[in-house]
Amino acid sequence: MTSYVDYTVGDPIADTKAPSGPIHERWDKRRFEAKLVNPANRRKRTVIVVGTGLAGGSAGATLAEQGYRVIQFCYQDSPRRAHSIAAQGGINAAKNYRNDGDSIQRLFYDTVKGGDFRARESNVHRLAQISVEIIDQCVAQGVPFAREYGGLLDTRSFGGVQVSRTFYARGQTGQQLLLGAYQALSRQIAAGNVEMHARTEMLDLIVVDGRARGIVARDLVTGKIDTYFADAVVLATGGYGNVFYLSTNAMNSNATAIWRAHRRGAYFANPCFTQIHPTCIPRTGDYQSKLTLMSESLRNDGRIWVPKAKGDNRPPNEIPEDERDYYLERIYPSFGNLVPRDIASRAAKNVCDEGRGVGPGGQGVYLDFADAIKRMGRKAVEAKYGNLFDMYQRITDEDPYEVPMRIYPAVHYTMGGLWVDYDLQTTIPGLFAIGEANFSDHGANRLGASALMQGLADGYFVLPPTLNDYLARNPKLDPVTDEHPVVQEVVAETEARLNKLLSVDGDRTPDSFHRELGELMWEYCGMARNDTGLRKALQRIPEIREEFWKRVKVPGTGEELNQSLEKANRIVDYLELAELMCLDALHRTESCGGHFREESQTPDGEAARKDDEFSYAAAWEFTGTGKAPVLHKEDLVFEYVHPTQRSYA
Amino acid sequence: MKLTLRVWRQKNADAEGAMATYEVDGISPDMSFLEMLDVLNEQLILSGEDPVAFDHDCREGICGACSLVINGEAHGPERTTTCQLHMRSFKDGDTIDIEPWRAAAFPVVKDLVVDRSAFDRIIQAGGYITAPTGSAPEAHATPVPKADADYAFEHAECIGCGACVAACPNGAAMLFTSAKINHLNVLPQGAPERETRVLNMVAQMDEEGFGGCTLTGECATACPKGIPLTSITNMNKEWLRATRKAAKR
Repeated sequence: MTSYVDYTVGDPIADTKAPSGPIHERWDKRRFEAKLVNPANRRKRTVIVVGTGLAGGSAGATLAEQGYRVIQFCYQDSPRRAHSIAAQGGINAAKNYRNDGDSIQRLFYDTVKGGDFRARESNVHRLAQISVEIIDQCVAQGVPFAREYGGLLDTRSFGGVQVSRTFYARGQTGQQLLLGAYQALSRQIAAGNVEMHARTEMLDLIVVDGRARGIVARDLVTGKIDTYFADAVVLATGGYGNVFYLSTNAMNSNATAIWRAHRRGAYFANPCFTQIHPTCIPRTGDYQSKLTLMSESLRNDGRIWVPKAKGDNRPPNEIPEDERDYYLERIYPSFGNLVPRDIASRAAKNVCDEGRGVGPGGQGVYLDFADAIKRMGRKAVEAKYGNLFDMYQRITDEDPYEVPMRIYPAVHYTMGGLWVDYDLQTTIPGLFAIGEANFSDHGANRLGASALMQGLADGYFVLPPTLNDYLARNPKLDPVTDEHPVVQEVVAETEARLNKLLSVDGDRTPDSFHRELGELMWEYCGMARNDTGLRKALQRIPEIREEFWKRVKVPGTGEELNQSLEKANRIVDYLELAELMCLDALHRTESCGGHFREESQTPDGEAARKDDEFSYAAAWEFTGTGKAPVLHKEDLVFEYVHPTQRSYA
Repeated sequence: MKLTLRVWRQKNADAEGAMATYEVDGISPDMSFLEMLDVLNEQLILSGEDPVAFDHDCREGICGACSLVINGEAHGPERTTTCQLHMRSFKDGDTIDIEPWRAAAFPVVKDLVVDRSAFDRIIQAGGYITAPTGSAPEAHATPVPKADADYAFEHAECIGCGACVAACPNGAAMLFTSAKINHLNVLPQGAPERETRVLNMVAQMDEEGFGGCTLTGECATACPKGIPLTSITNMNKEWLRATRKAAKR
């Protein structure tokens, strides 16, 4: 058997379905060329939507409003709890309400540059165009954005940009946008247009005659395995940051839906592009179950520093001004504390590696509000960031109004995901992926406040017309039933997997494997990666996988609410996905955005891209567990934003 | 820290439940309450017992999934969610009682997990603004006074955890329902459905089997997001206004 690292290169991806012509006309062109389904016929078509976050919630509501029959799923007890709810800082839109030189063109430019030239131009431009409509839509739904005294919307700045285009609702923007989508979805549930299945988890995809036609899902309360059929399937199941065990993701966020789709034929693109967020609360002990983000918006007013001297253990208030190193302001004077996330994270790692980190284990830097409190007064700081300060104090037992916060980078978001074309369709016809679940818009690094923008753009505005087109072009799909041999096979495989997990009866808990995998990934596929480390991880992962299947202990049965079984089943998929992430990171010997290969850096330690070799999205095709996958390249063409070495100095 | 835990165990919705006693050791004061339960569960799995089922997800106080009654108080002794409660709020040697939300409208699913779908149905009855995708006017077309926007936000902060119901001696859902009504009814965008919203949501709330409100105020004291008790009085005003208006038509 060939080793996993001996991947082969398959046919390049020739057609992304992005229209040609001037970039600002492409989306209009696509929408005009899209076929329509007669409103009377829409009732006869069924669409499955998995996930109820910003992307899934907005898509389900919109498709139902258009008259389709929607069957929707979430593993949580209510669609209102999807992890989009935890997004803090804000949502970008090129409204130019500040008259500060913003425009669709500039948001497009900032996003392509911020992504370190590894995103598809056509998609990013569409996202920038749609951004303005999203704000209108959300205001109409009653999202209580922050406002000025004149009654108009307020904005603030986020990393990697020099305009103020981020709309926000205190530190709870994700919550408010999600509740807007949830309420729109609720209206459709009440109207009978959406059949909602909460506490139900998708465990596999049903592909019949080459098309996605349904899913296998488990009722998490009764344990019953059910099948659901449709004309198309939409995955809005979020990212896979939980591969690292410790991340800012919710405990139950998982990769099962997208990984199972990948196993059934959907290409997985840029799996190694993960975002390490610079401002999270440092971990305190081995028991730690998750990491908590402190919003990027804090970098508007907080100043990041470490002591100039190594091993300076004095309390921060006793370190005089001239013995502090405000390293971001020093290295990047024009963007200062608001450099993009990948750059801020790496800089934090560098000063800690130098031995200048603060707090337990030297794994932290200060985020200091003393100047902001002096300038604006405590009241104003409280009004802007009050809930974040409270959260920090609750977790650390330290008062950030008195002593600077301690922060450290943590896994936060995954830019990689299922490969999709311009229509957000995966390589399996009829299977669409939206929001963080796809790879589309952020390249190798996502800018702050752009995840909310993308999730809602995909769900409210992009998917509905493109899905329409797919359904119109496939007016008569043969009905699929439980008797179909493919369906029986998928159900049998799913049941066998769960039964196997229950029958191992070993001596290690599922979590112990998850922790082990997470530590390995953080060490070798985290903020800095190199050939030796990645090869080590690639050797270790199959060993952990083997051990997992021999030693895992899952108590209880499959016919009840069994949270250990749910967890173990997700770990099965992490143990495969992690391998692909490492391989992708190994093969991309350049540095770009969040992917930093130590072998490829500029003399001053910045990421050095290799555009002539790696100006492509890497889309991987599954060939079997532990078997070398096939790489398909989608060449990235830059007609409007010329790739340059990113500079924020 | 070493602790004695008395935990409600119930196999499923139909089974009888009972308190079971467990010991945990080596608990750090910096652990969150749920991380302490993780320690217990790892212990239970290895000893071949069923781990304790409880709802949790974001573990940063915003998703509203976690829902434990700790020593008789919804979310425990601090005014926060269970996931943001830390063990430094307890002392070495303490005995801690852990129960699920107790309310007729929130039946127990298993152990500490309850069914809160009644909340979803209250929202479905009218907790939205009808604004189909694509129909929105320019966002700045309608300025909203800052005070109104702030008022709306303050009520929109509700995370739907259900602590208000669990804390209420009557098992009422007035604070949850009123929070959404206050959020939407104060905004100009919410005005067209102002009356139907309050009438339908209150009717649904009653139908779900939640208790009546006697304004004891336990709900607002337990609310991790600080939804004020005045939210309820304002909802009552909205309801009276809507009822009078409906009677005139």
